[in-house]
Parts: sequence; structure tokens; C-alpha cells
Amino acid sequence: MDFNFTEEQDMVRAGLSRLVREQYDWETRRKAIASSAGWRPEVWAQLAELGILGMPFSEADGGFGGGAVDAMVIMQEFGKGLVVEPFIPTVVCAGGFLKHGGTAAQKEEHIGGIVAGSAVFAFAYAEPRGRFDYADLETTAAKDGAGYVLNGHKAVVIGAPWASHLIVTARTGGARRDRDGVSVFVVAKDAAGITTRDYVTVDGRRASEVYFENVALPADALIGEEGAGLALIELVTDEAIAALCAEACGAMKVAHAMTVEYSRQRKQFGVPIGSFQVLQHRMVDMYTAYEQALSLTYLATLRLGSDERARKQAVSAAKVGVGQAARLIGQEAVQIHGGNGVTDEYAIGHFFKRLTIFDSEFGNVDHHLKRHVSLG
Amino acid sequence: MNLEFTAEEQAFRDEVRAFIAENYPKHLADFGMREDMEREDFLAWHKILGKKGWSVPAWPTEYGGTGWTPTQRYIWSEENARASTVMPLPFGVSMVGPVIYTFGNAEQKAKHLPGIVSGDVWWCQGYSEPGAGSDLASLKTTAVRDGDHYIINGQKTWTTLAQHADWGFFLCRTDPTAKQQEGISFILVDMKTPGVEVKPIKLLDGGYEVNETWLTDVRVPVENLVGQENKGWTYAKFLLAHERSGIAGVARSKRGIEKLREIAANESLDGAPLIKDFDFAKKVSQLEIDLAALEITELRTLAGEQAGKGPGPESSILKIKGTEIQQRLTELTLEAVGTYGAPYMGGVSNDNGSNEFPVGPDYATHAAATYFNMRKTSIYGGSNEIQRNIITKMILGL
Repeated sequence: MDFNFTEEQDMVRAGLSRLVREQYDWETRRKAIASSAGWRPEVWAQLAELGILGMPFSEADGGFGGGAVDAMVIMQEFGKGLVVEPFIPTVVCAGGFLKHGGTAAQKEEHIGGIVAGSAVFAFAYAEPRGRFDYADLETTAAKDGAGYVLNGHKAVVIGAPWASHLIVTARTGGARRDRDGVSVFVVAKDAAGITTRDYVTVDGRRASEVYFENVALPADALIGEEGAGLALIELVTDEAIAALCAEACGAMKVAHAMTVEYSRQRKQFGVPIGSFQVLQHRMVDMYTAYEQALSLTYLATLRLGSDERARKQAVSAAKVGVGQAARLIGQEAVQIHGGNGVTDEYAIGHFFKRLTIFDSEFGNVDHHLKRHVSLG
Repeated sequence: MNLEFTAEEQAFRDEVRAFIAENYPKHLADFGMREDMEREDFLAWHKILGKKGWSVPAWPTEYGGTGWTPTQRYIWSEENARASTVMPLPFGVSMVGPVIYTFGNAEQKAKHLPGIVSGDVWWCQGYSEPGAGSDLASLKTTAVRDGDHYIINGQKTWTTLAQHADWGFFLCRTDPTAKQQEGISFILVDMKTPGVEVKPIKLLDGGYEVNETWLTDVRVPVENLVGQENKGWTYAKFLLAHERSGIAGVARSKRGIEKLREIAANESLDGAPLIKDFDFAKKVSQLEIDLAALEITELRTLAGEQAGKGPGPESSILKIKGTEIQQRLTELTLEAVGTYGAPYMGGVSNDNGSNEFPVGPDYATHAAATYFNMRKTSIYGGSNEIQRNIITKMILGL
């Protein structure tokens, strides 16, 4: 048993912490998310230069030999600054599909671009009626000669406006919601037949509705085995959930610290409001919830390589615990900030919004409680 | 004890239901309350009710009240919620109006009450300051007597919809040497007076419904003082108790739960409607149970009023539970819409970065913005922590 980080991981954390502090300050972020691009490609290039985008890939694949713990460290720091750049869609999701299901040729083609920062991915899995079920797909990829023809509509694809490529889930066989018949494809976003409707999300990111109309996919667009993609999707989304929980932990830590600091500064009735026991105990409950959530995030991250059942149990436990903590901490942080908490000007409201949307990504608390129950 | 409506009450319900159906503006139908509405849309129903004589039901009849029993008033608000009407705003009807008819002089009543009844005059509330929120009595805005005027200086904040206001009621310190609560006066200010400046505050949902109101050497005639100088705190507390009694929003929450059930019937989970999901349905039921309790608690309070007891400290229960239920309702609505909660459609009124037309189903459009916006309810009107302090002190005697 060892809860220590390696020297390299400590260095990554320190480097990212400095980057977020020095180059991702609140005003800079505010301007960036309101700009027409909505993100900062120069930050992305810098992350590539620092080796962050290549961290979780093996050296054989052109990366730096890190793993899930490295992704956790990275996402915690990003969470502290509400960094919007698409590390999870690109490195964790697309990277995960390539690592676990990609052919040598696919890895060769795409991982280099991810590591270098030139290829940006979005993961198009959600559908208007799918509600957290990766197999509940109306998007289809019909066999056409050696390749496929893709048709469908993907909902709220995070980071798609910035993406050069998409990972798309589609049904190649079976009936809607069958476990069998689900396949995963990689496609360039500028392929003929793809249109998007881009928009801002309430937590300051960008997303798209993505429409596929008779998009011709070559045979080698398929990642993994045809019709057997669900297990791969579950593995990769479990990795994404662990990273997302790490991001939420970073955001919760800052939201809590901001609240404690506010309660020290804000005076009412002649004293700092932090001297009121009723608020002290609530901030203690927030702190406790954060520590418990962090523990579940460690558990999920360290179980990603375990057998399927242990992995799913740990990941669902984390999504439930972190989701509950995110709700508590977000709501209480706003409440303790009083009127200032509901303004756009104060940062705390933005942390609250990010922590709110967290719950709806890759399955909410109810969904993962059910999955935990189903695993017995 | 009996919960059923009498035949007369049922007839009354039919009458108001028919009146709403026939007279409520069609273009505002099923609209609810939205802060980005035009001024005239906020006032449309108010003006129609003013003509009918129904805009200020709770007031004494001599000032325009309807003389309805609390049960009739309850039926009235139920029927309005049922039709999601845009009700008259509280600042005139429930706040300054009762202060003026209770503590104001004959001239003030004659000058100000008719405009509130008719809906022609828009009022705003100048209470909170940047340094005086929960601790309202620490307010610093001053009103200094200069001949037959007061000169007001200071900064108010969270002045809701002041961008539309014709008049405001302000708490100002008139005796800086007195103990905190004892040197405050309640003064009416024409918002067009030189030196009054209203600056919008953007909220976390992207909307603009509150403002900072700056007062710089604002000259106000002394006849705008309500009641006695330095007794304003008494009137302020009276007003807050009145404000709390309407804050529960039971009828609106009932309508909200119906809408939530409609959304959850339309959303699917594992191939079945979300509302059939036990975990989700359980949460909706829990909310309904909390609301049923609150409804009866509110009716008990109303019955007390009917027996001649004014709204007392128990109205804090209505504020605490009412706002918790409203917040939970918006939270479950956001949960119900799932993935489509994330697209930003602008706040209730937005400036930049919004989308031109809805992504996903219509009912998802404002789910997140409404959830974010409703966090204010446990903060405003005396935060829920302050309400608990009131119960601690006034009811538990601790």
C-alpha cells in the first residue's frame, strides 16, 4: 500500500499548478470562454510541449509512459482552474480507445497527433434519447462494401467545436439497447456528410449537436471488433469517469477554500461570518465530503486496471460519492457566499455550475447507484 | 376540522377560473415569470386585475382590497398558478403598499396607493447594501435633513428589477448616533430624482434582474418619510414578515411538480418513461409530500390570520420550506432533462454567447438557468439562516 506520488508526478502537479495560476487566472479564463474560439489553442500547444498530452501513453506508442494516476493528477489541477481545454475527450477518451482497441496502424496515425497537440478529439456517444445508456443507440453504421455508412445525431458532444476528429459510437447490428451490435469509429470531423451545430454550455465549455448524413467510413475507421464495442466503451468511459472525478475534486477543493476564505473576510453583526458555528459545521461537512470524494477518486483510479467487476464497482462508487459531494459543496459554497454567490462576477458561481453539470456526464448519481447494485 | 371547500367557495373558484380564462393576455399564456420580459408584460395582468378590483386582495377594502377570506385568497393563488399567470410584482402590492396603508399619512395613502392598485407605478426595494445583508441594521446609507428635504447618500444592492422602477422605498440612517436599529428611517424616493443611478448586476445564470442602486446627494422632500423619523426599522420588520408570508409559493410549486412529471414522462430511461423509474419517482413523491405538509402549514397560518393574528415568526417556516422546495423542484427538473441541461440558452435575459434557438427539447431550455437562478431564494428575503435565527429567538425563546 502506497498513497505517495512519484517524484515525476509531483513535478507535473507543480508545473500545472503554476501554469493554471500564472496563465489561467480568472480574468483570462473569462475572456477566453467568451471569445469566438471559446478556448485557448496556445495553452493546448503548451500542454503538448510540457508533455502533458503524451503523459498517459506508453513509450512504445510515442508517449511518456504514464497512466491513470498521472491523468488524475493532471485533471485535479485543471479542475482547480476550471480549465476548459479538452484533455478528457482527446487524451483520456480518444487516447483510451486507441490504446485499448486500436490497431498498430491506427495508433501510428493518431497518437502522434494527440501527443503533439495537433489532433484534437471529441467523443460523440450521447444521443437525444439515450440517457446514459451507451447501447441505447439510434445512430447506425451500415456495412457498405468494405466500409460503412454512418447516419445519426449525437447530442451535446463536449469539445466538438474544437475537434479535428471524432470518436463515434454507432449500431452495426442488433436492436436498440442490445449489448451486442455496438461499434466504435474514428472519423475526421471534416468528412463529407458531417454537420454540427455549435454552442456554449452553462459551465463555460463548448459543445455541438453532430449530425451524420451518409458519411462514408473506410474499413479501418473501425476501432476494436465490429459489434463488440460495448465492453471497450465501458472500459474507456470508466477511465474518463475517474479523470472527471479528479477534475471535480480539484474544483471542490478550490470552492471549499474560497468559501472558508470568504467567511473569514465577510463581516456581519460585527464579526466574520466564519465565527458562526452554524456555518463552521457546514464548512466542516463540505470538507469531509471532499475528503471522502477524493478517497473514492483514488479508489476508482487505482482499480481501473482490475477485473471488470471491481473496476465498475469502484468507478460507480466514485461517480456516486463525488456527485453527491459536488452537489453539497456547490450549493453550500453559493449559500455561504450569500448574494455574491449568485453573481456572475464571483468565481464561486462558476465552480458551482461546473460541479452541477459534472453529475450529468457519463451517468448521474442514480445511474451509478443502479450499476453498483447490479454488480451485487 | 375540514379540508373541503364549501359550495360558496367552489362557486368562487369557478368564477375566478372563468375570469382568468377569459381575461388573461393570450400572449403571456403559460409563461410563468421571466425576468427578461418587457415592462408592459410584467404589468399586463396587474392592470387588468386593477380594473377588476382584484390586484391587491389582501389589502383592507377601503384601500382596494377584495375582502376575500384567506380561503378565497388561497383559491385565487391556486387558480393563477394553474394558469401560470404573470402575477403582480410584490414590491408594491405586498411590501410598500401595506407599509403605507398601515404607517403612512393620508396624503401618502392618496398619492401612492392608487398607482399600486392600478399597476401604473412600479416600485423597488432599497434595503440591502454591500456591507449590510443578513445584518441589515448595519446599513450605512444616510439621509441628512436639509430644510424641507433629506439628502440621501449611499449604495444599495440586489434591488430587484429596479431598471423598470418609478419609485423606490429606501432604508436610510437618519440618526448616526443612535443604536443600530433606532436611527433608521423609511423613505420613498422617486427614481427619476437626480443622483439616483441604477447599475445592472449580471447573475450566474447570465440574466440581469438585480441592480446596484447608487444614491449621490439625492434630494428628497421630507413628506416622503413614512411614519416617524428613526422608527423605520419597525416598518422594515413589518414588511419583511409580510414578504415572508407570500414567499412559500405553494401553488406555483404544485404546478412545477406537474410540469416535472410531464417532462419525466417524456424522457426515457432503459426504454421506459423516466417517471416509471422507481428512484426518480420516489424523489418526486418525496417532494410532493414536503409540499403537502407546507400547504397545510400555510393554510393553518392563513386561518390564524383570519382569526385576527398577523403573520408572526412562524412565517419563517414558510420561507425556509417554501424555498427549499422550489430549489429541489428546479434541481429535479434539471436532473430529468439529463444531457440537454448543459447547452446554454442564455439566462432569463442574456447578453452574449447565447444560442439563437433551442437545442434539445423546449422544456430543457431553461432548466439549468432556472436551477442556478433559484439558489437566490434561500439567500434573499432574509437568508434561511436568518429565518432559523428568528425561530430560535422568537419561538424557541433561546
